[in-house]
Formats: sequence, C-alpha cells, structure tokens
Amino acid sequence: MAAKRHSRRRHARERYLRIVGLSAVAAALGMLGLLVVSLTFLGHSAFVQTMVDVPINLSEELIDRGEPAKGNYRKIVTEGFLNLLPEIQARGERREAGKILSPGARWIIKAAVVANPNLIGTTHTFTLPLADPFDQLHKGVIPRDVPQDQRRVSDNQIAWFDHIAASGRISSPFNWGLFFNADSRFPELAGLAGAIAGSFYALLVCFVISFPVGIAAAVYLEEFAPRSRWTDLIEVNINNLAAVPSVVFGLLGLALLLNFLGMPRSAPLVGGITLALMTLPTIIITTRASLTAVPPSIREAAYGIGASRHQVVLHHVLPLALPGILTGAIIGLARALGETAPLLLIGMNAFITSASGGITDPATALPTQIFIWADSPERGFLARTSAAILVLLGFLVTMNGLAVYLRRRFEWQW
Amino acid sequence: MAMAQVAVEMPEVEPEETFKMLGRGVNVHYGDKQALFDVSLAIRANQVTSLIGPSGCGKSTFIRCLNRMNDVIEICRVAGDITLDGRDIYSPKIDAVELRARVGMVFQKANPFPKSIFDNVAYGPRIHGLASNKTDLEAIVVQSLSQAGLFEEVKDRLHAPGTSLSGGQQQRLCIARAIAVTPEVILMDEPCSALDPIATARIEELIDELRKDYTIVIVTHSMQQAARVSQYTAFFHLGVLVEEGETEFMFTTPRDQRTQDYITGRFG
Ligand SMILES: Nc1ncnc2c1ncn2[C@@H]1O[C@H](COP(=O)(O)OP(=O)(O)OP(=O)(O)O)[C@@H](O)[C@H]1O
Ligand SMILES: [Mg+2]
Repeated sequence: MAAKRHSRRRHARERYLRIVGLSAVAAALGMLGLLVVSLTFLGHSAFVQTMVDVPINLSEELIDRGEPAKGNYRKIVTEGFLNLLPEIQARGERREAGKILSPGARWIIKAAVVANPNLIGTTHTFTLPLADPFDQLHKGVIPRDVPQDQRRVSDNQIAWFDHIAASGRISSPFNWGLFFNADSRFPELAGLAGAIAGSFYALLVCFVISFPVGIAAAVYLEEFAPRSRWTDLIEVNINNLAAVPSVVFGLLGLALLLNFLGMPRSAPLVGGITLALMTLPTIIITTRASLTAVPPSIREAAYGIGASRHQVVLHHVLPLALPGILTGAIIGLARALGETAPLLLIGMNAFITSASGGITDPATALPTQIFIWADSPERGFLARTSAAILVLLGFLVTMNGLAVYLRRRFEWQW
Repeated sequence: MAMAQVAVEMPEVEPEETFKMLGRGVNVHYGDKQALFDVSLAIRANQVTSLIGPSGCGKSTFIRCLNRMNDVIEICRVAGDITLDGRDIYSPKIDAVELRARVGMVFQKANPFPKSIFDNVAYGPRIHGLASNKTDLEAIVVQSLSQAGLFEEVKDRLHAPGTSLSGGQQQRLCIARAIAVTPEVILMDEPCSALDPIATARIEELIDELRKDYTIVIVTHSMQQAARVSQYTAFFHLGVLVEEGETEFMFTTPRDQRTQDYITGRFG
C-alpha cells in the first residue's frame, strides 16, 4: 500500500518535471519564433525593390565617346524619365516629377555606359529603382488616403506614378541590390555588400589569430603544463576574460591598436584583432573541454606502447578532439560575427559606399551596418534594418548548423 | 627486511639471472594515501606470474610500476627500486618511453585506437622506427596479428576500424599491438574481465603460447584463471604482498591464513 502511494508520488513528480521542462522549451522556441516572425513582417518588403522601365536616349551630344565617364547623366536620365510623362511642362512640376526616380539612377546608367561604350548613340531601356518614398508607396507602406501634408509624396506625384504604373512599366523584382550594393544615403540603393565583406575580412583575421593561438594555449595548459599555482592563476584569468564585456575589448583595441600602434581606423584588420581577443578565451575553454573529453583509455593505450607525451597528444588526443575544437571555434566565430560594441569603438560604423577590398580598407560589418541603418530616418531603412538582421541571423544559423554537422559527422563513437 | 624476505622465500638454487624483473621495497603513494607497502616481488623470465587479491589491494598499482605507467598520474609517487635485467628502471638514465617499448601493457578494457586494424598494430613500430619500409611494416603487422591469434579472422579487413571487432577480438588486437614493438615483458591488467568464457579461453591459450617468447605478468580476479595460466602467483592484500610462490603450491598449500581465506572464497 505504502509502496503504491510512493510510486504514484514518484510518477506525479516525473510528470511535473516533464511539464516544466516542456514549457520552458516551448517558451524559448516561442520567443525565437516571435522574433523571426516580427522581423520577417517588418523586413520582407526590403527583399523586393520597385523598379521602373525607362527608355533612355544615350545621345552623343551629352556623352563624349572618348570619355564616357564624363557625360551629363543627370540630364540624360531626367529627360528619359520625363518623356514618360509628356503632359508635364512647367519647370516646378518637372522637378517634382523627377523626384519619383531614385537619384542613384544616373550612376547606374553611367556604370552601364562605361562598361559598354557601344551603347552611346542608341536608345536603351533601363530598369531603374524608384526613390524610396515611391517604393514605399507602391508597397503600401505610405498610405494614399491621408491628407497630402501628412505624407512624403504629393497628390500630383501619386497621379503621375499611377499614370506610369498604368502603362505597365512598374515592376517589383527581387532586390539583389540588398546583397550586391554597398551602403548608400538612399535606401533604395543601399545594400549589405560592404558589411558582408567587412564582416568576412574581420572574421578571417579573427580566425587566423584566435584559432592557432587558442589551440596552442589550450593544448599546453591541458597536456603539458604542470599543475601549479601559476597555471591555476592563468586558468582563472582565462575564465574571467571570457566574461569580460565585449565593449572593454573595443576600448582596448581603440587605445592600443588605433592610438598607440597607429593602425587604420574602421579597418577589418583592427576589428578582427579585437574580436580575436574576445574569441580567444572561448576557443581555449572549448578546446580544453574537448581535450579532457578524449577517453583516458586512449592515452593509456598510446603511453603503453611507448609513445612520448607529444606523440600521444599529436597523434591521438588532438585528432580525436578536433571535431569538438572546430565546433567551439565556429560558435566563437558566430559570436564574434554578431558582436557590435567593440566594432563601434574602433570605427567600423563609418559611412562607406564601396565594398572594402582588403583587411586594411575601411569597412562596416553586418551588426554595425544594422546599427547605422536602425539610426537612419528614412522609411526605407526601417525595412532594410529588419532585412539585414534576417541576413545576419541567416549567417549565424548557417554557422551553428555547420558546427552541429561537423560534430555529428566526425564525432567518434566510443 | 625486504632483502631478507626475498632470500627466505627463494630457494637458494634459484639464481638471480632467472629474474626478468625484480621489485625491492616498493612503496607507492597516491597523494597522502599509501597504496603499496614495502612490496618485493620477482618476475621470472619466460614464465607467467599472476597477481591476485581482493579489489583495491594494489595489484594494478604494482603492475603499473613495472612500466612506469604511474608516471603519467601526477599525484602518484613511487619509492623503492625495480629492476629490469638487473638495471634500475627508475634511474634517471632510463627513459620511461623506451622502457614502455620493452615492457608492454594490455589493459582491462580493450582500448584499440580509433584507427584501422592495420594502423593499430603498425603504430608502435612506426613511432619506434622498427620498420625501414612498407614491406617490413606489413610483415611486422601480419606477424603480430598471427602471434595474437587474430590474423585469420581479420586478414580480409585489415583496413576496417579496430573498434568494429568484437570485444575478444579487440583484446587480441591490443595484444598484437603490444607484441608489435617486440617487448620483453608483457603486463596484462585483468585482460579477460570484460570477455565471455570462450573469448577468455582463447586469450588464456594465447598467453600460454606467448610465454615462449615473452615474460608475462597478469592481474586477475579469477583464481581459476591464475591456476590455469600462471606458473607463479603473488597474493596481495591491503597493499601488502602477503605471499608469493609457485602457483601449484600457493593453491594447494598456502602458508598464510589470509591466502587460505582468499582462495577458499572467504573474502574478496
Ligand atoms: N589514480 C589514483 N588516484 C588515487 N588513488 C588511487 C588511484 N589509483 C588507485 N588508487 C588507490 O590505490 C589503491 C589500490 O588501487 P589499485 O587500482 O591498485 O587496486 P587493484 O588491486 O587493482 O583493485 P581492482 O582489483 O579493483 O582493480 C586503492 O585504494 C585505490 O583507491
Ligand atoms: Mg585493478
């Protein structure tokens, strides 16, 4: 009887524990889902861009064949675009109508002509981005049914826009520019190429420094260093280092790398070194954990047939620990990818309109780009901020997925 | 005192040269805890010596002194002297790594490397430079596997992982791996404790064959096994070597009451 009551109590307790665990997991997943859903809701419109097809007459009078880069593209574009609205004659109205097209349209045409001078003298139809307010109007973000003075587009502009739209010239293709353009003042032109390149170079530097140094330090501490007060002290300090707020590493980078060593501001090199300092403790700690996880029987086996200590480590322990080490390194790098504060301090939040070509060129990184966009007043940046966060999340999920894959693939089954 | 004990227990007709290894006054501490008290034991060449005794009495500790495996444990301190062919193995002139190539070891749980069968056996010869070329190496591997009685079973899958073998086969693989570096002494710490009776019988046969070429020390929990495979037996109790001698006499006419109690199953 007592045994039965006892077992009933035990079952009840187990059920209770399971419910608590499941609700915790559900809550965590729910919050993650909420984040992704809200980001998608806010950001999805940035993945398409409203474009207009405009026939442009690239007359020889306005572009010198010898120097195609020097043409008066502003005039070429404006005329081409206003030809779509022939009834507009007054200067003021022409000016007003011209604002429908993105100011960046002229650079797009210039780039096309410079790349292919044979276009000069022909009339060519270009698909050009609309200015941000009209992009938003088309996407329904800017409402039409409010009084004119409460929105950024005038009634006239709306009428003209509708006129062009009625001719079937407006389209909304996938916004490749989001990935292949660098940053820009104009939301419709702004993209993440510079930030992705900057993050890539910074992570490359971070990996090249922190991976070998971290592994070497961990192997020494775990396998070779004699237990002493010194190694205990080092161990405590490494654990403390892992808990230091990242902004402190940013200050260190600013003071040491920029001000003292005179390295270039905003460069992925400096960002990478700073991130490496931050990632190093993580790599050391996970590497040591992976090394201790190698079963002692393998070490004994190797010692037992006369392997020396370094042979035991290099031939047996390290290869077996490698999947765990790689997993730790990738997770460390993923953390570094999302890190913002230290990069802000060393100036990787500059406004840079060309993708950086190397580790010493000024650049932004994905998180700092998000920071910049989130701070911009234009409506278009609102959606782009969320879209950029989604892109960053995409990279993070990919990296963590890779870590899981590596662990599954190479983990040794004992 | 230790010397006296050896002198008393060895009949005078037995010359010291027949001792492959000899421990005299061995004391071992793990940190503050003493695990072996003044143990003196001779290991005779080309004989099987078994170490028996209740759990925790220091059998593993002693056998691990014989190839300095205890060096790897940081808190372990070994005092007293142990010789191999009359030379002190704890002297600074002896390199523990080279010693372990001469005194090989097989562990309780089969622990093949997570590599192929071939690489498991070839690893030792490779790091000790015993083979000058690939053919030599292959010959060593084949010979070691044959000596361990495993070759026939694995000759078609030398490149399969060592861990894909059965428990008994894995243990024989570990024996082959130990043999491959041509040791003089093979230490086995409960090599059959994880095996079924058939696999155990195979290993026991193997031990008997290996005795021709090697000196063998085996730790076992099974008195039947000690009786079957060994010529000499040493009984440990609470870190003390209680009694040692020819296996036959140990099991029929033990001199110490504790030995008597142990072999009749009264404790341990
Ligand atoms: N690595 C270690 N650290 C601390 N104490 C140890 C260590 N290894 C063994 N000991 C202690 O030394 C004593 C002897 O242990 P040992 O392993 O030699 O016993 P054993 O005779 O092999 O026992 P078993 O038959 O169970 O294997 C035990 O009391 C044990 O607690
Ligand atoms: Mg033991």
